[in-house]
Amino acid sequence: MLQIMEGSHAVAEAVKLSRPQVVSAYPITPQTHIVERLAEIVADGELDADYICVESEFSALSSCLGASAAGSRVYSATTSQGLAFMAEVVFNVAGMRLPIVMTIANRSLGAPLSIWNDQQDSLFLRDSGWMQLYAEDAQEAMDLHFIAYKAAENHEVLLPAFVCFDGFILTHTFEPVDIPKQEEIDAYLPAFNPYQRLDAKDPISFGMYATPDYYQEFRYEINAAMTRAKKVLREAGAEFGEMFGRDYSGLVEEYRLDDADTAIVAMGSVCGTIKDAVDEMRDDGKKVGLLKLRSFRPFPYEDVRTALAGVSNVAVLEKNINIGSRMLGAVGLEVKDAVYKNGTPVYSYVGGLGGRDIRRKDVKMITEWAETGRNDCFFGLREEVL
Amino acid sequence: MKSVEDWYRHDRMPHIFCTGCGNGTVINCTLEAVMQMGWDIDNTIFISGIGCSSRSPGYITTDSLHTTHGRALAFATGVKLAKPEFDVVVFTGDGDLSAIGGNHFIHACRRNINMTVICMNNMIYGMTGGQGSPCTPAGAISTTTPYGATEPVFDLARLAEASGANYSARWTAYHVKELTKAIKVGMEIPGFSFIEAMTQCPTSYGRRNKLRTTTSMLEYMRDNAVLLNKAKRMEAEGRELSPGRFTVGEFVKRFRPALGVVKDEE
Repeated sequence: MLQIMEGSHAVAEAVKLSRPQVVSAYPITPQTHIVERLAEIVADGELDADYICVESEFSALSSCLGASAAGSRVYSATTSQGLAFMAEVVFNVAGMRLPIVMTIANRSLGAPLSIWNDQQDSLFLRDSGWMQLYAEDAQEAMDLHFIAYKAAENHEVLLPAFVCFDGFILTHTFEPVDIPKQEEIDAYLPAFNPYQRLDAKDPISFGMYATPDYYQEFRYEINAAMTRAKKVLREAGAEFGEMFGRDYSGLVEEYRLDDADTAIVAMGSVCGTIKDAVDEMRDDGKKVGLLKLRSFRPFPYEDVRTALAGVSNVAVLEKNINIGSRMLGAVGLEVKDAVYKNGTPVYSYVGGLGGRDIRRKDVKMITEWAETGRNDCFFGLREEVL
Repeated sequence: MKSVEDWYRHDRMPHIFCTGCGNGTVINCTLEAVMQMGWDIDNTIFISGIGCSSRSPGYITTDSLHTTHGRALAFATGVKLAKPEFDVVVFTGDGDLSAIGGNHFIHACRRNINMTVICMNNMIYGMTGGQGSPCTPAGAISTTTPYGATEPVFDLARLAEASGANYSARWTAYHVKELTKAIKVGMEIPGFSFIEAMTQCPTSYGRRNKLRTTTSMLEYMRDNAVLLNKAKRMEAEGRELSPGRFTVGEFVKRFRPALGVVKDEE
């Protein structure tokens, strides 16, 4: 049954159904509603977990690391500055191969201080060894948590995951969501079965020194696991689809791309706006479609290459900036690599930074830019204040 | 300079503080102390971290540095080392200072660096909507403690004293004259001066804790504040402060060698 619910509360429901044993977080806008709702859920006895509002994000992920190493399923949520502050532990969690799932309520990074949405925060941890999944709406944000836990805890993967959804745009808006039943989720996501854990009877050490004789092999293994994660994520998404009727077997999703000349590539909530814009452009006879990326890490380059095989131009709508690179956006860089052999032109168009709205007319404009071969640039720039 | 009005950035009004917030009172007390000190707008810098309290420097016409959550004191240390002749004031809050910034707080006290730190302790994370902080009293309702906080609180003024600050005092937004005087004394004393200003947050704290109005929160601070000397007498008599009451007054005033003090040129 569909229920109207705030995006943050939908995520809190997903966390509850995933039965984490430890929840540790620190308040930061726009993540707060998730952890406030979880505080209530735990206090009311609806979830049998230890909940702690710690003294900083650094402590939040550190305590999650400890709890995960001790063999628990754990959860945290953060955004922006909080994620940046966690960064040291973010790499540690991946390096120790602990399958923590953390929600990122995507927000821009300071300075200047901004509490509004873009995707710079999760993207700057691109190379940390965490999977990165991006949701378009509250339902997808909810569902991706189950899939993330399932894939992360798979012994072929054992990597942590960010489930990213756009701050305010999705965290603070109300949408109808279908909430699975607990027994269904229990069947889909059985109790955490740690590959290894801290146990005084059978002692092991996490995070010890790796000398130059060993360190490189650890990094190799993380990368190999991330490569394997593509198949595991697809299977977890397909199984979810079979059980719940919402198919997430694709790491990318095509929208009216079949005969398209121009493809727009994007991640997150803006895909909803782009679909509307695509419909209008289609009505005007323009052959344009959307390729939505659900997974940025692992990056599904085979799927991107296949999906974009027939198009002549690719406009990547970037809510981030890849400062100092020739390619303006981090997503475009990956897309360009994926289609390199096809020789298809790929352009990064950067906009919507720090919460600036992206409108249908912006989408139409960058589509035209791609068609006319306009090089990477910002859109919606206020020239008058530069 | 004739009035504290001259220190405000009127073009930044209206401010973002909620109706009934005590932060404006604390800023006024601070600027009054600055006026009494005869400090120069061009030689004073206000530094802050993140939170409601940390918005304060934005409304003051001096140079200001709005930094990251909890780290105002680390940034301020750099400013003071580079510009020891500057008068440095840090605005912070209970969450900013004692939770995410606790480490910087104790080390700034230990170094006894010459600056004045004013902590607006509203007993809650106000900016993010009322989560429990390390200063949320036992039993108080917050969005992360829906049935009452259970963790013990920090006594910030004592923490500053124990960590090495030259001056530490606690007053409230109700005790305007005492607070202003304490801030001024803090500014006069070389070294690290810490003034904790308990302040009302009817929006994020009061309305969940049967203190919905500004006056009820001010009365709460008036009625629960116990003068330090009285608390000491009670302690000598073997009586304990009842829960919810807190001490106010001057906790320490000393003249240990300080970092960042400009020596008078002979």
